[in-house]
Amino acid sequence: MIERLGWVLRTLLSHWRRHPLQGVCLLVGLWLATGLWTGVQALNEQARDSYDRAAGLFGEDNQSVLVSPGNQPFDQEYFVTLRRAGWPVSPVLQGSVTLNGPDGAATRLRLTGIEPLSVPEQGSVVGTIQQVDLVGFLVPPGRTWIAPDTLAELGLSSGDTAQLANGHALPPLQSLAAVPPGMLLVDIGVAQRMLDQSGRLSQLLVEGAFAANQPPLPEQVALRWDVRDEGDLQRLTDSFHMNLTALGLLAFIVGLFIVHAAAGLAMEQRRGLLQTLRACGTSLRLVVCALLLELLVLALVGGSLGVLSGFALASLLVGDLAASLRGLYGAQVAGQLVLDSQWWLTGLAMSLAGTLLAGGSSVLKAMRMPVLAWARPQAWRDAQARSIRRLAIMGVLLLLVAGILIYVGESLLTGFMLLGCLLLGAAWLLPLVLSLLLRGGRKLARSPLGHWFWADSQQQLSGLSLALMALLLALAANIGVGSMTEGFRLTFTSWLDQRLAADLYLRPESQAQADSIEQWLSRQPSVQAQLPSWQVQSRVRDWPTEVSGVIDHPLYARRWPLIEAVPGAWDQLAQGRGAVISEQLAYRLDIELGDAIELETPDGIWTLPVLGRYADYGNPKGQLLVSAEQLNQRWPGLEVSSIGLLVDEAAISDLVAGLQDNFELGGFSLIDQAALKRYSQQVFEQTFSATAALNTLTLGVAAVALFTSLLSLADARLSQLAPLWAMGLRPSRLAWLSLAQMLMLATLTCVLAIPVGLALAWCLVEVVNVQAFGWRLPWHWFPFQWLTLAGFALLAVLLASISPVWRIVRVGPTQLLRQFAHNA
Amino acid sequence: MLEVSTLTKSYQNPQGPLQVLNGVDLRLTAGHTLALMGESGSGKSTLLHLVAGLDQADAGEIKVAGTSLTGLGEAARAAYRRDRVAVIFQQFNLVPSLKVADNLAFQARLAGREDTAWLALLAERLGLASLLDRYPEQLSGGQQQRVAVGRALAVRPPLILADEPTGNLDEHTADEVMTLLLELVREAESSLLMVTHSARLAARLDRQVTLSAGRIVGDSLP
Repeated sequence: MIERLGWVLRTLLSHWRRHPLQGVCLLVGLWLATGLWTGVQALNEQARDSYDRAAGLFGEDNQSVLVSPGNQPFDQEYFVTLRRAGWPVSPVLQGSVTLNGPDGAATRLRLTGIEPLSVPEQGSVVGTIQQVDLVGFLVPPGRTWIAPDTLAELGLSSGDTAQLANGHALPPLQSLAAVPPGMLLVDIGVAQRMLDQSGRLSQLLVEGAFAANQPPLPEQVALRWDVRDEGDLQRLTDSFHMNLTALGLLAFIVGLFIVHAAAGLAMEQRRGLLQTLRACGTSLRLVVCALLLELLVLALVGGSLGVLSGFALASLLVGDLAASLRGLYGAQVAGQLVLDSQWWLTGLAMSLAGTLLAGGSSVLKAMRMPVLAWARPQAWRDAQARSIRRLAIMGVLLLLVAGILIYVGESLLTGFMLLGCLLLGAAWLLPLVLSLLLRGGRKLARSPLGHWFWADSQQQLSGLSLALMALLLALAANIGVGSMTEGFRLTFTSWLDQRLAADLYLRPESQAQADSIEQWLSRQPSVQAQLPSWQVQSRVRDWPTEVSGVIDHPLYARRWPLIEAVPGAWDQLAQGRGAVISEQLAYRLDIELGDAIELETPDGIWTLPVLGRYADYGNPKGQLLVSAEQLNQRWPGLEVSSIGLLVDEAAISDLVAGLQDNFELGGFSLIDQAALKRYSQQVFEQTFSATAALNTLTLGVAAVALFTSLLSLADARLSQLAPLWAMGLRPSRLAWLSLAQMLMLATLTCVLAIPVGLALAWCLVEVVNVQAFGWRLPWHWFPFQWLTLAGFALLAVLLASISPVWRIVRVGPTQLLRQFAHNA
Repeated sequence: MLEVSTLTKSYQNPQGPLQVLNGVDLRLTAGHTLALMGESGSGKSTLLHLVAGLDQADAGEIKVAGTSLTGLGEAARAAYRRDRVAVIFQQFNLVPSLKVADNLAFQARLAGREDTAWLALLAERLGLASLLDRYPEQLSGGQQQRVAVGRALAVRPPLILADEPTGNLDEHTADEVMTLLLELVREAESSLLMVTHSARLAARLDRQVTLSAGRIVGDSLP
């Protein structure tokens, strides 16, 4: 039995030796599908691992902490008071530092100071503390614990020392796996020195069991209960990663189309071989086993190549991903890929499942045919024609489901299901629509050659339909995602122009510094207005929310666009009679104008009617603006978070120089409008760079699918063209006609892809974006983009057609005559 | 060797059932050769396919070397095709991706009965010894049919079934292939059931049976 299986397998595999290019195409399909999918999964896993490391550092996701009302540093005396009162608290000081790497490049890192002896036991850092030289960490010069991937990114090694931009030298670096990426972990005393925050802390960790009931704080301790926001990262970034996954899945499906096309055509070419095998006494079960084994071998080869490429692709994109996650969510993601064996195995399993899905159907289809039907040359084509009708019916059903989902879907998952139904439904309907169009063309044809042109194109359809479906999917995805991205770019740029009303923004380090700066600024004639604001990190119905207190100034009404508002919203806000809220907070919590929001304050519950809604693109958290006066009354002791300045344009550089000289403000503490716009746009570009790369690759995959199909059809093509040659058409003319057929089919597909792409864009803008991020973009049309994409698609088709068409040009009489001999 | 009793077979077509075989009775003794003749659509290829176990009869029985095909499952019929019979097709049905040597040994390997000495002798007798390293597409039609004959004989089955084995060949080549086939069938001690339109070729076999409208209408045996 095993020996027989071996012979059957060897016989089946010999097909690929005779058609190496077809085999290569199938492997390329598998390779691309697996590569793109595993690449995206690698990026997601890398990010999730980083979040987990950050969230688990000091305890479970919802680690309770004590912070100041405004989340600003507070006096460490509170820590001493609480410890004396028997509270199991541990001090933490966090801040951003800029580290000068050995190559001179500056890297921003998060410096965290801890007191290792009192850290709550639930955190991953405790396990680390028990395994390392704690004395070395505590006793001068101390140690700087750093993640191995961050250390490698910096180009440094354990034992090295590093210089911060503010002149301080870090204690010697020590690589520790438990430390999250982008973080420097030092002793609390060292952190206070490095951050120039002597005697200050940013939060107190509280032991889990003690914090469970959140006991009231002693009166003299002006702190409030909160939870560490690292746990929110997973929640906030879920949509981002789901978008990436959807794109990866799309690329995977398009890649599988190649596999499906190549496997189906290989099956057609091996029809006779299968008949011979059966006639010579190979049982159906043995043939199925051998075909499945063959698929397994192909899946393992293509999958292995794909997983390796996926790793390479992820390595290329992880830098951009890390930058955009940092820019969008403040999340630190390691810039160097570290993946476990499970990822590699999952990639191979995905390749295997994909191969079975794409290739298994042709095996099943062939198995259902009676053994004698394989001898009929038209059997496969008849089956293809039937499958076109079946596909169309399923396509219509999927489009109906999509229509229903538009009305009943209420989650991001149903949003993606809608996209899947729309894309697959449209793709499955394509062959029938093309067939009907070609039939129409045939009716209009007057000359015999014209009649043949349309009829033959229709005959080609069964062999090319899968590749054309892949082209439709890729084009529709490019048009849809491109429209959404471009629309977002336009909206985002004009929104930035409006929102960044002040010319300069500065963040004082303390209230004392803020007071000095305000006094200094009031003496500067070039400063037209100061717009200080106060911020409190809070939660509205458990959603992380930033409460911003703004002063009464006409600039807000003039430059802060509201999507909708009650009359006189800004005046009412200034009088403390309500709040304006961000669009995503309104959507996320289903808040309408006039609804009341309840905020927990040290002073009790603060009920605020909603006065307006504004766009706040790129901010994953909710935000609400309230009167600064009211905010300071509710949260006494708040320090100024930032000050916006309206300045005479000509005096900006002098004012910046003055602020830097007098208050040593630099880096992110003082930033002008242009720099802020540049930074925001950079984050935007980074966010969509992975999308753009995946989209381009998807179009490339579709071109490969077409090439595969054309190549596989090339043999059969000669026998179809030979009668025309015999009737007096030259091979070069036949080649041109074949090329024209391909371009005509591709053009029709492009034309059909535009409405599908626009429908996709509509779903992205109106459904997925709203579900994922909570904002809705205005609709824009980009006809030039569609034309460019269609041009690229036709170019790809042209390139894919060159080799098969050239083969027709070069074909000699002997080969053409042989077609008649074969048909005899 | 072969006993066919009251065999009937019909196919469904858009106009209704089409009766192809209508109570065929036929016997072929071991070591003998039989030519099955008749006009197109008379049912001769259908009869051959049923005997080969490639299709199933509606009623009646087929016995080959004592084994009845009635009620055999797919796997058992495959084993029957592998061990008891070998089919030579008009279109040769060689495996295009395998060399001549592998094509010759193909069925014998599947049956687990590869005999290198017998294969070498077959190759020599069929004039294929110098072509063993070639692929089927590099051979002429006559050479390809010789490979198909060799593949069937390589397994030395009790019964060889040939469906117009020389239908694609010119008269001279057909005669050559036929001579070789009959010689080797004799040497392999097999029986031969051959479908043909050619009365001239049929005359070279021991017995001629004519089918018409699914019934035997002529038999050279009294």
